[in-house]
Amino acid sequence: MKYDIILAGVGGQGVLSLAAIIATGAMKDGLNVRQSEVHGMAQRGGAVLSHMRISDKEIASDLVAKGTASLIISMEPLEVGRYVDYLSPDGGIVTASEPVVNIPNYPELDAVYEKLRKYPDVKIVDSASLAKEAGSSRATNMVIIGAASEKLPVKGETLKEAISDLFASKGKDIVDINIRAFELGRKE
Amino acid sequence: MSGKVLLGDEAIALGAIHAGLSNAYGYPGTPSSEIMEYLLGYSKKTGNIHAAWCSNEKTAYEDALGASLAGKRSIVTMKHVGLNVAADPFVNSALLKINGGLVLVVADDPGMHSSQDEQDSRFYADFAKIPCFEPVNQQEAYDMTKEAFDFSEKYNVPVMIRIVTRLAHSRAVVNPGDERAQNEKKKAEDKTKWMLLPAYARKQWINLLKKYEKFAEYSEKTDLNPLFINPDYKKTGVITSGLGKNYYVENADELDEKPSHLHVGMYPLPVDKIRKLAEHVDKLVLIEEGFPFIESKIRGILPQNIEIAGKLDEKVPPTGELNPDNVRPVLGLKERETLGSVEEIPGRPPQLCNGCPHIDSYEAITKALEIYDESVVTSDIGCYALGALPPYSAIETIICMGASVGAAKGAAESGLKPAVGVIGDSTFFHSGINSLVDAVAANTPMTLVILDNWIVAMTGGQETIVPSSRIEGVIKGLGVDPDHIRTIVPIKKNLEENVKILREEFDYQGISVILSVRECIEETKRRLKREKNRK
Repeated sequence: MKYDIILAGVGGQGVLSLAAIIATGAMKDGLNVRQSEVHGMAQRGGAVLSHMRISDKEIASDLVAKGTASLIISMEPLEVGRYVDYLSPDGGIVTASEPVVNIPNYPELDAVYEKLRKYPDVKIVDSASLAKEAGSSRATNMVIIGAASEKLPVKGETLKEAISDLFASKGKDIVDINIRAFELGRKE
Repeated sequence: MSGKVLLGDEAIALGAIHAGLSNAYGYPGTPSSEIMEYLLGYSKKTGNIHAAWCSNEKTAYEDALGASLAGKRSIVTMKHVGLNVAADPFVNSALLKINGGLVLVVADDPGMHSSQDEQDSRFYADFAKIPCFEPVNQQEAYDMTKEAFDFSEKYNVPVMIRIVTRLAHSRAVVNPGDERAQNEKKKAEDKTKWMLLPAYARKQWINLLKKYEKFAEYSEKTDLNPLFINPDYKKTGVITSGLGKNYYVENADELDEKPSHLHVGMYPLPVDKIRKLAEHVDKLVLIEEGFPFIESKIRGILPQNIEIAGKLDEKVPPTGELNPDNVRPVLGLKERETLGSVEEIPGRPPQLCNGCPHIDSYEAITKALEIYDESVVTSDIGCYALGALPPYSAIETIICMGASVGAAKGAAESGLKPAVGVIGDSTFFHSGINSLVDAVAANTPMTLVILDNWIVAMTGGQETIVPSSRIEGVIKGLGVDPDHIRTIVPIKKNLEENVKILREEFDYQGISVILSVRECIEETKRRLKREKNRK
């Protein structure tokens, strides 16, 4: 088994915590994981990309090869387009619908959605509203994990454990909000 | 101990602790900073080691040498361009008789994710005749760090560990091994091995050349340089180094025949193994992460009867980072089929944060300069380098740490006025301060604007070596006329007043320094959060 994921978004959107949850979950389920991320100058408001590789065998490369990713998970709809060449012919896309417009030449949003809908397996999730419904707009990334969870090679229960672990130090309320966000996403 | 999930940087830090580390020094620089962050955290928690950020990479390296002199194991960390700064003690330290193990970790940045060049530190190791270890994953990073300390103490030589961004900043499980105790304090016995007077240094140079033969023997024997010969296939052989190995392995299953393969994980090069491989095949393919270091040595300049493919003939891309895709053509593999192709999408470059004090500093500088026919603004390495991009477009040079000061000085002394240098507080103490001494000595008509945001922002908020409150005293101490040391607070409300102060100093025909002081907005957020948590 081999499952490669491209995680995308904009600096500050919580792409790295999203990656940490999936990686922790996969390891709890006894799988090998490699996860590569970007630090430093590229963080602030710029495009953020993390490669995640999950397998039951040894993994050599930290980077996903073009045409081999099973899934793109994106916190921002435009960002998906930067990485679609990583998708394998039967790959899927899960993305947040809410744009981050911090550049002057951001395209028409409808055109962005229209392009996305041309892919055979795509899920555009109104994660911002669902996160609010769960109790905090900051839990958007947990909604997105929930929405992607059916496809991931990690059990839903294990992902929830990983979420509880990550937020445990912030108290029960925060854990509950994030678990709720995950579950709302999972229903999508 | 069971498996731990670690960044490559953290794996090195843990390896060093388990090797019996006592002292750790470094200067922040992406992608190396997390090594020291981990060691500082460990030091704070246990009190077992001495770990500290330093003014710059040179001072860090010299501190580590002092620890070695005392018999303690020490580590020094920096990014690749930091080694340019530390090059003097680094190269000369090869001639010392290292006492406590000394390991230098250099993080190269092929692809320039966060750097101004992609220089390959293996050339420095080669130049200094210092052995170099190069891990390809987190487990090796851990294991090699321990081996590097053993090597350093066995051969009394500093050892370099070279990593790259992709290893430094990627996570995987590491299974830690045994831990050993730190060295007891035991000063080096022979002073003549630590004083590089010409008479002593000549002897030590001969010693180093003798030791180098031992390093080469080690390189032939070690499992870190594994050679696989496929007796049934003689067409192509592959030599990999660094992460080039991972990308080769990732594709090797698709090859019809399994090529013979040498991986180099330790330098000096295993020359005999390379010859053995070359004798067996018609063609050598070189896949190296970084510059074509091994390839250049193998190719030489005289005709040879073996075909070589690599970066020098552009069969492998000569610039940027390797990946599982760009090594395929040299292996004779086609591009993989993909579901989508990337269309033109507007770029999303990194930006100064909302509320960043640099935004207000740049607005004031740009506005102040509007009334002059000509001017020059030199800048430096830090978040404020983002002032190069629109909408600010406020600066004209970004060269290396500290260069803004000297570049403004030289421009002013060539008649460009006003000449304005813009530098961060940490970069100023790293290596801008020396040029300010020069400018004071010459009373150069220029203005240095120190953007004092209280911390080292771009690398994640490390403390600046000299607290903000003491900067003015340092500037005065250097001899800048107190009437021309001005402090401004970069906020919108102060724009007009700040412009006025800047112009007054731009018009002054001598060296002036403006301290533009406001805390990094990200640090403000982190500080408020910490204070809230404490309550």
